[in-house]
Amino acid sequence: MNGLRIFLNGRLTKPLIFRIVISLRLHLKKVMLSKEIAKEIQQLKNTIISLKDITVSYDGEQVLGGFNLEIHDGEFVTLLGPSGCGKTTALRTIAGFIRPDAGDVFFYDKNITNLPPHKREVNTIFQKYALFPHLNVYDNIAFGMRLKKCSEEQIKETVHRMLAMVDMSGYAHRGISQLSGGQQQRVAIARALANEPKVLLLDEPLGALDMKLRKDMQAELKKIQQQTGITFLFVTHDQEEALSMSDTVVVMDKGMIQQIGTPMDIYNEPKNAFVADFIGESNILDGIMQEDYSVKFAGHDFRCLDAGFGENTLVDVVIRPEDIKVVEPDSTLITGDVTAVTFKGVHYEIIVDVEGFKWMIQSTECCETGDHIGLSLTPNDIHVMAKSEYSGMFGDYSTFSDEMGEDRNASNEALAEEEGNADEI
Amino acid sequence: MKSNSKLLSAPYTVWMTIFIVLPMLLVGYFAFTDKSGSFTLENILSVGQYSNVFLRSIWLGAVATVVSLGLGYPLAYIIAKMNARRQNVMVMLVMLPMWMNFLLRTYAWMTLLEDNGLINSALAAVGLPRVHMINTAGAVVLGMVYNYIPYMVLPLYSVLTKIDKSVIEAAQDLGANSREVFLKVVLPLSMPGVISGVTMVFVPAVSTFIISKMLGGGGNLLIGDLIDMQFLGSAYNPNLGSAVSLVLMVIILICMGIMNQFDDGEAVEGGGMLL
Repeated sequence: MNGLRIFLNGRLTKPLIFRIVISLRLHLKKVMLSKEIAKEIQQLKNTIISLKDITVSYDGEQVLGGFNLEIHDGEFVTLLGPSGCGKTTALRTIAGFIRPDAGDVFFYDKNITNLPPHKREVNTIFQKYALFPHLNVYDNIAFGMRLKKCSEEQIKETVHRMLAMVDMSGYAHRGISQLSGGQQQRVAIARALANEPKVLLLDEPLGALDMKLRKDMQAELKKIQQQTGITFLFVTHDQEEALSMSDTVVVMDKGMIQQIGTPMDIYNEPKNAFVADFIGESNILDGIMQEDYSVKFAGHDFRCLDAGFGENTLVDVVIRPEDIKVVEPDSTLITGDVTAVTFKGVHYEIIVDVEGFKWMIQSTECCETGDHIGLSLTPNDIHVMAKSEYSGMFGDYSTFSDEMGEDRNASNEALAEEEGNADEI
Repeated sequence: MKSNSKLLSAPYTVWMTIFIVLPMLLVGYFAFTDKSGSFTLENILSVGQYSNVFLRSIWLGAVATVVSLGLGYPLAYIIAKMNARRQNVMVMLVMLPMWMNFLLRTYAWMTLLEDNGLINSALAAVGLPRVHMINTAGAVVLGMVYNYIPYMVLPLYSVLTKIDKSVIEAAQDLGANSREVFLKVVLPLSMPGVISGVTMVFVPAVSTFIISKMLGGGGNLLIGDLIDMQFLGSAYNPNLGSAVSLVLMVIILICMGIMNQFDDGEAVEGGGMLL
């Protein structure tokens, strides 16, 4: 595929700047590929946890169906998906709180499907921290070691090392109720890591923290993961969190894996409309792949970098809002009228009506509502995906407004609560 | 706003003053005066001669409390683990006897335990020897446990259902087997319920008079009976009766003070404390 692209690149005559962009991107891809290969070789040796054909149902409703996942030693893996997609269920199956109806859980080569949670070499950080309210910080962290009958000196040494790691030295003898949410979170991390787990499971651990604290904790968790080398399996519905922390992101919906890849893969090469919409903002248009490297959408032919879909095939075309350049209307193919402009701090979010389809553009330059503008795309900005069950469900911003966004968040929260309740059963 | 809330609480304050504070002061007044109304310590000092009655009351009350805890804790634990609908049914069943008149319930035990009662008749019918049960300390304890066990089960149940499931999962996750989960997490977290249950059983059990009167016969005189006798019985002496009440109150306060020491003050919200 790469060879083909280089060949293509050489044969076609294009403006110089475009050629540079393409070759840069190819170069990046090569670097990424070689890294990936190195990683894959390493990973082949060390699959630490694998889920094989896991099926889980609650009250007759299937949450996971034939779920397969392999997690490699030392990786930071994130399960990402909307509420109710089964990501927490997958995590709890690994922790041992859920016995799957069918399928097996392996720890290295050992089948641990029927092993109770207290015998598994994994530890969990719970959504609501779940610290022991009757114990102080020290005794909370020492809990696991005391069960293992470690010596008190060893416990003392470990507790203080853990407290130092999460930046909580001096809090050893505080009561849990005296700590803020962020501090409780840190204690929960210290408590889980003091047990020296092989895998740390994190169930939306940052969900209850405010934005700024969340960002700090993200960086801190990533640092701890790199320091300790422990495999992290992180569950979240926050795509930004997933992209910024993970080595590998597993995008899930309806109990199925939609895509597995590095954060860059997931963002740049989404496999279907669901992934494209869930990870970041996307304009998703119906298109026809006329032949390799040529796609027709919005009434015009465009050159693109995708191939292998066959001729005259219906496809979904993804264009990220930040890739679109606003230009004079007479210098480009796509033109439309601005219907809404929202200031977002770093950029403006501009909704443009192009013959009925509303595009979202993120631009640092401002437009006025009612302006007639042109949208310019390079082949690099166009990503083609095969049609899927999600086609047509996402991608048009015609119903989009800020209020809608809030509603969506509110219903997500309600769903999240429901999921939490379901977990308690 | 402030004067408004004062106005709202006025009826309550009046009620409290007339029916709680005033009677307490009266008990104190009677305890420290003789029949003619002049100050004396004689009543308080003569309480000492009833020390055996006090000891018996505290002993039987303590035994009844321990038995109630022993039976009530597992019951509350089992109920708390059931699904919501069955929990409601079970709690109803625990409370059901309380809807029946207290006297009637205790009478029922009399007819069961009598030498010619139902149990002994049944034993005789299958050829087993009769057992003397009525008018023993055991019968009194049985009556106490039967009557007061709901007060043990309910606060325990309410505390146990409030324990966060994820805390139990966290303990399992950190390597605790089910016995360790219970001893290291569930039991400590249910201590507020234990304390309030113990209080709610021990206090009425120590000061009961009807149970010992009906099931204990003459040989198991308790403080309640002693006080009863001073006000309504043959040995009419309200001054001595007040003195006995006062001493009993002080003893119970001391017991509760000791009990609350176990509660560290660290306890999570739980069943409301009575004292």
